[in-house]
Amino acid sequence: MIASAFGVLFDGLAYGMLLFLLSVGLSVTLGMMNFINLAHLSFAMLGGYTAVALTNNLGWSFLLTLPAAFLAPALLSVVLERVLYRRLYGASELDQCLLTIGIVFVSIAAAAYLFGTVQQAVKLPPYLRGNIAIMHQSVGVYRLFLIGMALMVAIAVLAALEHTKFGAKVRAAVDNQRMARGLGIDVDRVFAVAFALGSGLAGLGGALAIEIVGLDHAFALTYLVYVLIVVAVGGLGTIGGSLAAALLLGVSDMAGKYYVPQLGAFFIYLVMVALLMWRPLGLFGRR
Amino acid sequence: MSAAAVGEPQRYLEDQIKWRRVELAFWAATLLPLLLTPSYLVLASQIAITALFALSLDLILGYAGMVSLGHAAYFGFSSYTAGLAARWGWGEPISGLIMAAAAAGLLGYVTGIVVARFQHLALIMITLGLGLLLAEAANSASWLTGGADGLQGVRMWRLFGVFLFDLYGYTAYCYALAVLLLAFLVARRITYSPFGLALRGIRERAIRMPAIGANTTAYLRKIYTIAATMAGAAGALLAQTTETVSLETLSFQRSADVLVVLILGGAGRLYGGLVGAIIYMIARDQFSGLNPQYWYFWIGMLLIVVVVFLPNGILGGLARLLPAARRSA
Repeated sequence: MIASAFGVLFDGLAYGMLLFLLSVGLSVTLGMMNFINLAHLSFAMLGGYTAVALTNNLGWSFLLTLPAAFLAPALLSVVLERVLYRRLYGASELDQCLLTIGIVFVSIAAAAYLFGTVQQAVKLPPYLRGNIAIMHQSVGVYRLFLIGMALMVAIAVLAALEHTKFGAKVRAAVDNQRMARGLGIDVDRVFAVAFALGSGLAGLGGALAIEIVGLDHAFALTYLVYVLIVVAVGGLGTIGGSLAAALLLGVSDMAGKYYVPQLGAFFIYLVMVALLMWRPLGLFGRR
Repeated sequence: MSAAAVGEPQRYLEDQIKWRRVELAFWAATLLPLLLTPSYLVLASQIAITALFALSLDLILGYAGMVSLGHAAYFGFSSYTAGLAARWGWGEPISGLIMAAAAAGLLGYVTGIVVARFQHLALIMITLGLGLLLAEAANSASWLTGGADGLQGVRMWRLFGVFLFDLYGYTAYCYALAVLLLAFLVARRITYSPFGLALRGIRERAIRMPAIGANTTAYLRKIYTIAATMAGAAGALLAQTTETVSLETLSFQRSADVLVVLILGGAGRLYGGLVGAIIYMIARDQFSGLNPQYWYFWIGMLLIVVVVFLPNGILGGLARLLPAARRSA
């Protein structure tokens, strides 16, 4: 029983780290522009399919595809930001929801057209497969790798936000957009860059997710709820809050699936609604 | 304060509530399918149900400005209530409809207490969460709902003990149309009442309304309950006319669909949901040979185009075009 508890905790941790990667970009962009981007996971899906296409069709090593999985959605998000998103800053949240749901529908159909509706798989290099023993517990190498990657990203993002000039601008814009504009910060530009980086991170998460949760055409909708929960519970624009919320969600979801499978996702939704009712700004939200 | 100033809002409302000729023509035209396209009556009753559902969303979204991504919760809840009532031996349609709509209204009242307190992102998340919660509950309770197979064995009695719900859909269409018209009259009365004006005030500026003494949460709670009841009537109609209920009635897809229908027609103008339902359902019927995946591609494209180029829907676009056309003529 103890061994399985450790296993559940470890798997939950890996899953939570994945959710963190998928949601951190949304947390920052939502906090800064109040732009409700329901299409965030469409970018993650693009990252995932980029990795699949490169490994399976072109024979790239999985590790080499990760930068591509970051770059492709980042570039696309720059284009979309210019063409579509920019028109709706300051528009009603309904319009923002509708536009981004539209993008989700289009991306799902495009994925189904290009890759079919089957679950995709990537071929992992041998050194990422199998299990190793840590403290007499067997753990999956890939999950260990995933946790390591996500921790590195979390530290990098945190360091960038706290210690670079760009990060200071982002924090200023999240805290008070009008004041930041008044100080001469080009918030639109800062937002565009943060948006691209966030989409890139989502793409990276999407590629890393394939081995854990799979990838199919409906990914952009299936996991949207989880990402929204992380953002809503963690609070907007706080990296630490997102990380804590993602881990909490990952572990509790994994525990729920192991111990009370008949409840399905019911428990998670219940926790989310209850938490939102209790603290609408999220557990760690400041505004 | 002069008498004229007191009378003005009253007269404003009285002017608004007068029936226009276009409206009468529209409702007369709803009888046309019975004469012209009797083979499409099943589709026509689906349109009427969708229109009723969109109308209920219009009350909270178009008039009170509450965005909901989980409106299917009330639709599906009532669908299951009506379906289960018929399955358990009470197949009388009208009392079944009233009971199911009341159940949805009760659910709307209870959830409305929570929902009315929130705005913006939290509101969207809460409605989304509640909708998913209910869908997941129905999925888990497969002993009650039939799970993914849908609810089987729903047998309706004859309407008024006379009219059978047949395959051709005569009864279904007339029944759905009558309920739609009734609900529309209620909605019309509400939106042109002082209560409706208060709702529009909340939509325009939620912070100012308490300053003039309006209890905004109470108003929102009230309209949310009414909208849930109306969505429930639509759901019950679907269950009764198709004699089956599936999990799809509770799905996020349905919440999103009705949003698309309303936005396509134009929110906040009563007829928006009706016009949207006609166009959406006929288009879906025409493209039914298409894989549903690709149907959603066009829906997605449509959403993007409507939001970017046609912010007030088709009716909004027409309203803007007509005066211009008149001026140039």
